Amino acid sequence: MRAQEKSHEKVIFEYSHPGRGATDQWPQELPAAATADLPQQLLRTRRPLLPEVSELETVRHFTRLSHLNFSIDTHFYPLGSCTMKYNPKACNQYAMLPEFLGRHPLAPESHGQGFLACMYELQEMLKEVTGMQGVALSPMAGAHGEFAGVAMIRAYHRSRGDLARNEIIVPEAAHGTNPATATMCGCVVREIPVDDEGDIRLDALRAAVGPNTAGIMLTNPSTLGVFERRIEEVARIVHTAGGLLYYDGANLNAILGKVRPGDMGFDVIHMNLHKTFSTPHGGGGPGAGAVGVSARLRPFLPIPLVGMEEGNRYRWLAEKDLPQSIGRLSGFMGNAGVLLRAYIYMRMLGREGMSQVGEYATLNANYLLSRLKNAGFDAAYPSRRASHEFIITLKRQARELDVTTMDFAKRLLDHGFHAPTTYFPLLVPECLLIEPTETESKDILDAFVSAMVQIQQEAEQEPERVTSAPHTMPVRRLDDVRAAKQLDLRWKPTA
Amino acid sequence: MAFIPHTPADVEAMLSAIGVSSIEQLFDEIPASLRVKSLDGVPVGLNEMQIGRLMSERARADGRPLCFIGAGAYEHHIPSAVWAITTRGEFYSAYTPYQAEASQGTLQLIYEYQSMMASLTAMDVSNASLYDGASAVAEASLMAVRANRKSKSLRVLVPRAVNPLYRRVAVATAGNQGLRFEDVPYSPDRGVTPVDALKKYEGEDITALVIQQPNFFGQLEDVDALTDWAHARGIFVIAVVNPTSLALLRPPGEWGSNGKGADIVVGDGQPLGVPLSSGGPYFGFMTTRMEYVRQMPGRIVGRTVDLSGRDGFTLTLQAREQHIRRAKATSNICTNQGLLVTAATIYMSLMGPAGLERTAAASHSRARELVVALTAVKGVRRAFAGPFFHESVLLFDRPVAPILTSLAGQGILGGLDLAELYPELGYALLVCATETKTQSDINSYVTALGEAVQAVRAA
Repeated sequence: MRAQEKSHEKVIFEYSHPGRGATDQWPQELPAAATADLPQQLLRTRRPLLPEVSELETVRHFTRLSHLNFSIDTHFYPLGSCTMKYNPKACNQYAMLPEFLGRHPLAPESHGQGFLACMYELQEMLKEVTGMQGVALSPMAGAHGEFAGVAMIRAYHRSRGDLARNEIIVPEAAHGTNPATATMCGCVVREIPVDDEGDIRLDALRAAVGPNTAGIMLTNPSTLGVFERRIEEVARIVHTAGGLLYYDGANLNAILGKVRPGDMGFDVIHMNLHKTFSTPHGGGGPGAGAVGVSARLRPFLPIPLVGMEEGNRYRWLAEKDLPQSIGRLSGFMGNAGVLLRAYIYMRMLGREGMSQVGEYATLNANYLLSRLKNAGFDAAYPSRRASHEFIITLKRQARELDVTTMDFAKRLLDHGFHAPTTYFPLLVPECLLIEPTETESKDILDAFVSAMVQIQQEAEQEPERVTSAPHTMPVRRLDDVRAAKQLDLRWKPTA
Repeated sequence: MAFIPHTPADVEAMLSAIGVSSIEQLFDEIPASLRVKSLDGVPVGLNEMQIGRLMSERARADGRPLCFIGAGAYEHHIPSAVWAITTRGEFYSAYTPYQAEASQGTLQLIYEYQSMMASLTAMDVSNASLYDGASAVAEASLMAVRANRKSKSLRVLVPRAVNPLYRRVAVATAGNQGLRFEDVPYSPDRGVTPVDALKKYEGEDITALVIQQPNFFGQLEDVDALTDWAHARGIFVIAVVNPTSLALLRPPGEWGSNGKGADIVVGDGQPLGVPLSSGGPYFGFMTTRMEYVRQMPGRIVGRTVDLSGRDGFTLTLQAREQHIRRAKATSNICTNQGLLVTAATIYMSLMGPAGLERTAAASHSRARELVVALTAVKGVRRAFAGPFFHESVLLFDRPVAPILTSLAGQGILGGLDLAELYPELGYALLVCATETKTQSDINSYVTALGEAVQAVRAA
């Protein structure tokens, strides 16, 4: 209880006192005449409700809030499908050099050759590691990259007068963003099943493709944590039917430096730079969802791109250079500062580091899977190798002990581990999707196994200890139903 | 290398536990024909000392010019505390707060952010942010289609005085779903959207009208008249606003003669503590009225109680989102721009209502001084009459591009040449000044401009 008392932090408005403020940060007060030219009826009459607090109060409040978070810097965070690897400090430090921070997005190319060189080289490096022929950096998240990818597929078919192709095929285990994206692009979604070993059922795929097929969206390794072994056959079936292959790069970390989506036959891919290339997740963003394409889709890439001219001069490529482009997806060129971090990361790792990522991410996942299996946990796909992640199912525990995956997840927090992804993918009951990443040591993985074993013992001996977890967090389990029914979405003074 | 901690002994022990003889064997399910042969296109790795040197050289090449460009991205003072705290690992390296008990810091911060944005825009509720201002306009248009039950047309009126890049992004994003964005002209003498220009849409089914305040030219629109016109016809008002200006200008929640206000408010949050950084990462904000909250895209945080009855924060209304509704979601968006929201929330706390008001007033005042000083140069005049916030369009008697090139050579970025975006304006330049500019900066610009005009004339 005392830990909880200590960790409660007031809402910042509750520190507010009229007339207080971080005055050292403010410009000088101007006489009223400074704004007298503005028409009275356009002026604000009541001040907004912002806190009036000192600089120290502000610093203390937000530092305390930070203490209530789990993060990669403080905790093992094996969140499946999210690739929570170490975010090197150098990537942040050198992306935040004052010249980079101060550079206006519309500054002339004469005052951007350093930045543009980084962006151009990033495009080239991403092409190389994915085996694609063109890369655009502007999409601002994975889902945004997906949108760009499917929009390019549609634009490609339309440019050929192939107007009937509006169906996107999605395996049932796909990320929720895949079907949502297809809808946003004006397409219809067709889901197809996978077999008992996690591979796509080719008979179902053959039955699904046809003259309406725009393309298929795949993650490989799939969200089931296994490599789609018949990917070449899948590519043949879809291409023969006139469709294109979309690669969801959520799991690129598993195969970085080992296999390239372009070589597997994919026509378009998005990369989650905040996963594979270690830019920060930032509590939910900003991400970066660069897209790569095969030669036939290059004219449709979203703008702007960075091009290189004679004399190693870099310049923006925009509407005039790519008249068939799907257009602009951001006000300027996407999350530029995130792209700089990805560039720094790739340059630090270099070509040899790229393949080590795939290798050690896979080693860690398979080691953790083996240890958990030996400790009595059930793998969802026991006959398969793990990719960079794998699925454990706790349906036996749920049935026999009435202790669910959610209970295990919450109890892991008490052990100082962020929970793996829970209840995703939807088709494996009571599942934990576990992704350790390559930057974790064997010691941490061993400690995680010990925690899982302890929780299992607790579940057998005093299950309520697990079902009422967490016990050491700033809050206990929250009332989500109340949150959605009695909406409290902003602070209001109690007058 | 690659920040991998394994010792050879670790690797051996791990392989043995798995029951394989090499790491290579773990890839035996992948067809051999697909394996990567080489990655020669990626250079060899650099250590931190080497990358530090390279990046410092690249940064130096970009220089630190004196910048008078605005056009959707604005240089403001950013207190040191903002990014010192934002880049703390506990914020920087956390993920979306799915495990609420282990993410109360991020969740409470977003709740505070939502409170501040709702109040700043005078609306009921805010989401946890969108990608940027441009994509927020696209999302707002899609939301208007869902929420405006009186309209079936998917037609959205976008004045030409709205940021043209926003318009392009809206078309690229929402055009696939059948939305049509139609231009509304601006008045050539005042650079604002006259209600008269909307007359031709009388009696037609229109879903929403976009109103930007201040508009792309920096000019102040007659927001009451435009809002009244739209609301009288069952048309949604999507307000696009600059958050700094809202410390001074009437918030969209109070637009219209009856004070009913806009229906959806969006904008780019960059001016709130986010560096220019070549265009991103920024964040888009969105607020709306309570009756439309279930149509809003993006993450939303709510306050609730835990099993012991203590206050706590959690993601809520998730039934709108892609991981639940899949193909029927309000949007495919599954992140917010969390780190930027962190910076903006700290920024707004440090500025408070008084500091933000001073920032807005100082920006306005500096911009006026700039315009007065530049229009004193021969051959330079204002394009439009009427009030502006912190940027304005100037007309030259000769092409702007060579003048800007000459200024850039002197370390001054003189503004945005409007030749491509608004060719009908002639030789037009959009200039901006904020509280960061001093009298001496303005003097430097004026002096350099005099010389640049001379040089161009001589050439």
